Amino acid sequence: MDYELILRVYPFFIEAAWVTIQLSILTALLGLTCGALGAAARMSRLAVFRWIGATYVSIIRGTPALIQIFILYFGGPQIGIQLDSFSAGTIALGVNIGAYMTETIRGAIQSVDRGQTEAARTLGMGRWETMRKVVLPQAARMMIRPLGVNINALIKGTALVAPISVVELTYTAQRFIGSTYKPFEMFLLSGLLYMIIIYAVGQVINWLDRRARIT
Amino acid sequence: MTNQAFVTIKNAAKSYGNLEVLKDINLTVERGQIVAIIGPSGSGKSTLLRAINELDPLTSGEVWLEDVQINKKLPFRQYEAHVNQVRQDIGMVFQHFNLFPHLTVRGNITLAPRMLKGLSEADANKLAEEQLAKVGLSEKIDEYPSRLSGGQKQRVAIARALAMKPKVMLFDEATSALDPELVEEVNQVMKQLAEEHMTMIIVTHEMDFAASVCDRVLFMDQGVVVEEGPPSVIFQNPKEERTRNFLRKHLSR
Amino acid sequence: MGLDFSVVPDYFGVLAMGAGWTIAITICAGLLSFFGGIVFAVIALYGHWALRLPVRAFAFLFMGTPLLLQLFLIYFGLIQIGIDLPAFVAGVIGLGLHFAVYNSELIQASILAVDKGQYEGARTLGLSRGQTLRRIVIPQAVRAVIPPMGNNMIALLKDSALVSVIGVMELTLAAQQAISRTYRPFEFYLAAAFCYYIVNLALEAGLRHLERRIAASR
Repeated sequence: MDYELILRVYPFFIEAAWVTIQLSILTALLGLTCGALGAAARMSRLAVFRWIGATYVSIIRGTPALIQIFILYFGGPQIGIQLDSFSAGTIALGVNIGAYMTETIRGAIQSVDRGQTEAARTLGMGRWETMRKVVLPQAARMMIRPLGVNINALIKGTALVAPISVVELTYTAQRFIGSTYKPFEMFLLSGLLYMIIIYAVGQVINWLDRRARIT
Repeated sequence: MTNQAFVTIKNAAKSYGNLEVLKDINLTVERGQIVAIIGPSGSGKSTLLRAINELDPLTSGEVWLEDVQINKKLPFRQYEAHVNQVRQDIGMVFQHFNLFPHLTVRGNITLAPRMLKGLSEADANKLAEEQLAKVGLSEKIDEYPSRLSGGQKQRVAIARALAMKPKVMLFDEATSALDPELVEEVNQVMKQLAEEHMTMIIVTHEMDFAASVCDRVLFMDQGVVVEEGPPSVIFQNPKEERTRNFLRKHLSR
Repeated sequence: MGLDFSVVPDYFGVLAMGAGWTIAITICAGLLSFFGGIVFAVIALYGHWALRLPVRAFAFLFMGTPLLLQLFLIYFGLIQIGIDLPAFVAGVIGLGLHFAVYNSELIQASILAVDKGQYEGARTLGLSRGQTLRRIVIPQAVRAVIPPMGNNMIALLKDSALVSVIGVMELTLAAQQAISRTYRPFEFYLAAAFCYYIVNLALEAGLRHLERRIAASR
């Protein structure tokens, strides 16, 4: 193990980790938005929306995220979408994880006992009121853990923007492997930073989950 | 061949920490004899049965099958080999059947004879067919257990145990998990085994069955054998107050 | 620049070949991840500590880091210690080990969930611990995790696109080759996506069929 090398290069990795964190946060926010909209579409009364939601989920989950990133970044200019690599990566990853979150959110909502809806409706509450006041508060608790699993996957998924040269952790590791021929050291250094990020996010999810369970 | 000790339990005791579940139990079962063990739940009757084939080893005491001590103290590897060997001679039937769901009926019956006795596929199949015919389920040979009723599952479990040609059969509440209308088909199979003079030790809640089939009945309570004797005595003239109380509750049903 | 899909059919052969390699990688890595998952699970649960600790550490490391990073480690790490494997083999090993770790987690939980009565049933017939594990417990545990393991296989198919980065000739790299000659990224990545989608549909149908077939034996 070449400790001297690690000491020399670690500042680059810290900087890269910050990029990975920014990517993760933006992707998560975009993903949650797409997930909420997707779930609403999937459960809409209108068949058109249900079809749009189902198609979104099916196409995005049926093809590799890497290809989706490539289509947007390399193919985008052909249809007039010119994005820098960071934006293209964030948007593609966000839309991608949004499809998985759609299914997570929908699953949580549908796992709320039908009796809850029936009870609210017999009290005279409307469809939307029932959803907002009765179903969603219960579903929200149930979706924290599975959304946490999605976010965990998303953090590791941010590595996929390395091939379009976003200078994040995996790109940095790859570059230094190429220049130093020390793959193991570079793997451990970047791996450690990934695990710290994932661990920290995991703690936040656990805290949210505990808090949701008390109330 | 009667009057010959076949299964012998000497000074059997078992405890979990301070809780004594079996206290100084002695029992001798002769070849071809059918012994029922009755008693309230928690009396230790299942524990005693499971001690015979080392599923729940005794804390102290000895268990013998003919001239082989089953619960010999041995180094781990030798102990395992020894136990695997003697268990082949002791068939056991469980309350919840414990059939292997990933194997067909045929697979369930032929698995152990093929693996442990080295039977060829053809011989094992023949054996499975014989044993299934005996329990009246020949047509179910290629079904998976999930497609069988509880009574059918238990009959397959009996066939599986019999396929190892055991010297003694242990029944641990074999009909307790069955719907009432399915109990009789399993009892029929057990009666048939009795007529063939299979040595059997039966833990049961069914007093009528114990009275009609068994040679001897043991009444256990709180880890001891309170009373034992032929069914005519135990069921009609029990000497002990505890036996009478227990039977009053169970015979009135 | 606009879109022009008319060039795509000219590269049909290249894309079909790439799709074939993608399927080959998925099958090889899938098999490795399946059997590797079982081996890891058994070691993690029952292995001697000298085996168990490294396997657990390996699982910890591989579950906490991106697949792409692991592919770089395996590809360049092997070269560094003097093993120059073809990119295909390195890709299969990387993908296979990555998903073996995830499958192992599923199988471990499933082994622990096998009913105690199954052990008793097998042991009273005279089967040893090892025989019981091999013939009774593991087959049941594996059947129980076929649906979630199927999801891992679908993820593996899609993640096989990542091995293009270490130079494995498969669908994504085939598309890139066509692009480098035609400068039509949108068309060819879309065509590749379409191929992935079709293979994905076939795999899903196959898994559903498998689930139905084993339904009775569970």
